[in-house]
Amino acid sequence: MKKIEEYRIVANLTQNDRLYLLRISPAAPSARIEKCEPGQFVEIRVENDPSVFLRRPISIHRVDYEANIMELLIQKAGRGTNRLATLKEGDLLNIVYPLGHGFSIGSNRENYLLVGGGVGIAPLLELGIELNNHNKKVTFLLGGRTANDLVRIEEYAKYGTVWVTTEDGSTIDGYDCQKGFVTQHTGFKDGVFDAVRVCGPLPMMKAVGAKVSTWKRVQEPDFCEVSLENKMACGLGVCLCCVEDTKEGNLCVCKDGPVFDINRLKW
Amino acid sequence: MAELGINIAGLKFKNPVLTASGTFGYGEEFTDFIDLNRLGGFIVKGTTLHPRQGNAYPRLAETPSGMINAVGLQNKGVQYFIDNIWPRIKGYDTNVIVNLSGSSVDDYREGARMLNEVDGLNCIELNISCPNVKAGGMTFGTQPEMAAQVVSAVRQTFTKMLIVKLTPNVTSVADIAKAVEGAGADAVSLINTVLAMAVDAERQRPVLSTITGGLSGAAVKPIALRCVWQVYHAVQIPIVGLGGIMNATDAIEFMLCGARAIEVGTANFIDPAVTVKIVEGISEYLDRHGCKDVNEIIGGLKV
Repeated sequence: MKKIEEYRIVANLTQNDRLYLLRISPAAPSARIEKCEPGQFVEIRVENDPSVFLRRPISIHRVDYEANIMELLIQKAGRGTNRLATLKEGDLLNIVYPLGHGFSIGSNRENYLLVGGGVGIAPLLELGIELNNHNKKVTFLLGGRTANDLVRIEEYAKYGTVWVTTEDGSTIDGYDCQKGFVTQHTGFKDGVFDAVRVCGPLPMMKAVGAKVSTWKRVQEPDFCEVSLENKMACGLGVCLCCVEDTKEGNLCVCKDGPVFDINRLKW
Repeated sequence: MAELGINIAGLKFKNPVLTASGTFGYGEEFTDFIDLNRLGGFIVKGTTLHPRQGNAYPRLAETPSGMINAVGLQNKGVQYFIDNIWPRIKGYDTNVIVNLSGSSVDDYREGARMLNEVDGLNCIELNISCPNVKAGGMTFGTQPEMAAQVVSAVRQTFTKMLIVKLTPNVTSVADIAKAVEGAGADAVSLINTVLAMAVDAERQRPVLSTITGGLSGAAVKPIALRCVWQVYHAVQIPIVGLGGIMNATDAIEFMLCGARAIEVGTANFIDPAVTVKIVEGISEYLDRHGCKDVNEIIGGLKV
């Protein structure tokens, strides 16, 4: 069930010059966070800036249901996300959530490859946690331009093997780091994984998709899923602004996605 | 508690708050947030005789206090609507109004004829802000003669309540309103979106795939209020006001200018529960001003 709810900032933690982590919790004393699927997102209202009219869609990074805390990993990309970066502990945040439909977790799939780029790694943490809860094997393949772009790696490492790629060859101590794009990592190959889940910049996802489309099992439903990010207004599937042209016609990224089986897309 | 009920062309509305076509889907998408039965009515996403894919992405540009859309009337067509969607939504205890668009007079006439036969469908809103493909793409609603021609054609096949939705992108919206009144409209709704444009300076390109689109949201309210005010002094038929209504005070402003009912559109994207808040806010306003009945404030602007 979707909700509109006031949340309170528990913490705003800078991760690097562009990324910050918001820890939020429902403001009403007895309110509990709704159950969210990995890959779903929230729509955040941004106050006090007339040039920011629409809510901002942000994927859910993690939900700690026991502690009643939701984490959002956000990149400063424009006016809205820059304003949200100024929020302080105790400030209120109005969100509509949980939106969209998330990544599939199949009962017959055991070995998952989660490929992330830049801030696209955000929803893959919650996915990794949920896959662990289902006793699945998880490998995170996380790529950035430099090592500085990849944050919270130690969190991901709690839930699976972490492979890192950086375009400039810089490394993160303690992790398997290779120079290049995620598609160039030596572990990224056919015949190993039962499922591939991808989230990151569009060129990265298309490159991953192109490689995976040569793999033997790619025609299986839900073998490879990507998370798209089109510009949204309503987030509910009513305004028809965020459409992706797919083999089934124009579908709303906010409602029919943001996660799509790669076979539905016209890539 | 003031009386909120209104009547337009014989159709009763429990309150003046409706939702604008294209901003509320088919109602179902909002049931997690509000009880749809609390609305005076909702106007569903625009239908066209034939299915339409709509325009290419990107269809959206955010602007200060607003947004521009270029969706292009994506829908599965009138027949699909009648067969698959209407049965699911007709049972709500509120007025479910169907919005109809068209690219030619014949399309409008035929679409209206099909909707006329639908059991329980009591009202349509006619979107005449569409290009007439047979007249070089000139928008129907920008010429009094063309607007009247479309309305007359629809009146040949549709006998129930007809609201005609006017575009502000004209020299005299009052002239268009008079023309459609003369051709048989039961009411007019205004305004549709304002023709607008957004530019990405860094990429040196338009933001929208269609270059221009329709501006909506808080930014257009002053234009919409002016249009409602002008039309109120030009026609006898009731007016439904819309354009940037974000809260109950905005709704009251439209009613003071002459609107008997209002539609809430883009505001639904910011707050999916805003419509019910507006119903409650209108009630509070009336109580505060000692009004027993919402009809007391319609056209009540003291000039």
